Amino acid sequence: MEFDNVINLVYVIAATLFVFGIKMLGSAETARRGNLISGLGMLIAIAVTLLEKGMEYQWIIAGLVVGSLIGGVAARLVKMTSMPELVALFNGFGGLASLLVAWAEFEKIKGLGWDAYSAVMGAPGYFSSVVIYLAMLIGGITFTGSLYAYGKLSGKVSGQAMVFGGQKAINALAFIAILAIGVAFTWTGDLVMGDTLFLVGIALALLFGVMAVMPIGGGDMPVVISLLNSFSGLAASAAGFVIGNNVLIVAGCLVGASGLILTAIMCKAMNRTIGNVLFSGFGATSQSEGDGDDREPKAISVQDAYYVLEAASSVVFIPGYGMAVAQAQHVVKELGELLEENGADVNFAIHPVAGRMPGHMNVLLAEADVPYDQLVEMDNINPIMPTVDVAVVIGANDVVNPAATDDETSPIYGMPIIEAHNAKTVFILKRGQGKGFSGLVNKLFVLDNSRMIYGDAKATISALVNELKG
Amino acid sequence: MDLVLLFFIFVLAAFLGLELIAKVPSQLHTPLMSGSNAISGITIVGALVATGVNLTGTVGMVLGFLALVLATINVVGGYLVTDRMLKMFKKKGK
Repeated sequence: MEFDNVINLVYVIAATLFVFGIKMLGSAETARRGNLISGLGMLIAIAVTLLEKGMEYQWIIAGLVVGSLIGGVAARLVKMTSMPELVALFNGFGGLASLLVAWAEFEKIKGLGWDAYSAVMGAPGYFSSVVIYLAMLIGGITFTGSLYAYGKLSGKVSGQAMVFGGQKAINALAFIAILAIGVAFTWTGDLVMGDTLFLVGIALALLFGVMAVMPIGGGDMPVVISLLNSFSGLAASAAGFVIGNNVLIVAGCLVGASGLILTAIMCKAMNRTIGNVLFSGFGATSQSEGDGDDREPKAISVQDAYYVLEAASSVVFIPGYGMAVAQAQHVVKELGELLEENGADVNFAIHPVAGRMPGHMNVLLAEADVPYDQLVEMDNINPIMPTVDVAVVIGANDVVNPAATDDETSPIYGMPIIEAHNAKTVFILKRGQGKGFSGLVNKLFVLDNSRMIYGDAKATISALVNELKG
Repeated sequence: MDLVLLFFIFVLAAFLGLELIAKVPSQLHTPLMSGSNAISGITIVGALVATGVNLTGTVGMVLGFLALVLATINVVGGYLVTDRMLKMFKKKGK
């Protein structure tokens, strides 16, 4: 009894460290230390758990070693451009771990019987079965949803939104079935029956995770990843209710809340509701071509673009997912430096949903050593955009489409954009004449002050760098 | 174990979390996500107990062991990769 109190006190310390850690992650100066502090909280939570009575260590040591090796190697080797995939994958592992913890607890109940278990836990059976089912459900959805998101992000499966007839009906039915089985699982006192229901519940939860992510396209991934991040926290929190452990409840809930906020920020940045993102199959159908605007985009050669850039006194780069695909962040930074040496004022304008996860562009540019005070948020760059000589759009599309501000019939109308069209000249680096994620034709491309530079972004920018060095 | 108390803790933690993170500059969104993702690996505590305290039978122990490996990947990988990212964030002129 006494020692349990000590353990719980240490858990309080761990939870406090998590709170401080998250708080410090919110500011660039303290973020790195914040992460260390939260890691310290994790370390002491693990250490004190190991002191619990009746522990046998051989499997624990094996598990910790194997997990640390895999996690450590993955964290070291991953390329910064692959960061969204890795975050999705880790997220899924966390979800599956929570599912397994709930499942192991149910095995314990099967061994002890409900009466003995309830006596040990000091909680009524129906409570335990509800939270076990919930932890399993949220963990399972997080696991397969994240795995599928990982597949979409890494290009192992098509990143397109996949919709088919009756999809919503099937999803709704699956969800009702999951709830019905959950109710039956809670109701039945029979462990054999309960076991069967639980296994069917697991299968359905895993299936549902895939089904839920299926109709969501690549460009909406920042929302999905944030939401799954929130889910992984809630799964851990639910697992905390299962084993009656405060530190799981608190830490899991903090993560759930932070994921939810990120989700809301992402939705706001696209002017869409969470329901619209999750259920509409946005981007699956390509919209009909223009609205009578048959102006053709005008191309410009690298050579001519160089003359314009060379004369510019302020340049803004607007990166998008295309920069990540082309791995162009390092040459972009080089170009930026050369332009600065040439006397130009150089900034990077970052849209909140550019890329495939929240903050994706910031990480890539940081990797290329671009100082973070050169990265300007959307709301701060738009007012000065009319004074900018050249805006260089690198593999971004919907986030610079002026239709969002002035065309009420556009599906993305109302979405806040980076107003590149207000710059004196706009260069658009683009692989080909394809459309953006939304399937829309971008009105920016046909404006009089816009010039397209077709080709691989990295090759184009390298060519510009060579001209400037010339 | 007082169940109401657990819910009480849960609700307070939710509000605390919402307050803490409400204003995060967008450049820190990725590290915040991967850092909080590492915290969600706290489920490792449950996995440790399920693996180490042999009340769950063989099946339970195997499940616990798998949970432990996965949660450890989540925790160790999550913290390391977040640190790697944050190390890159620099101000101008070092």
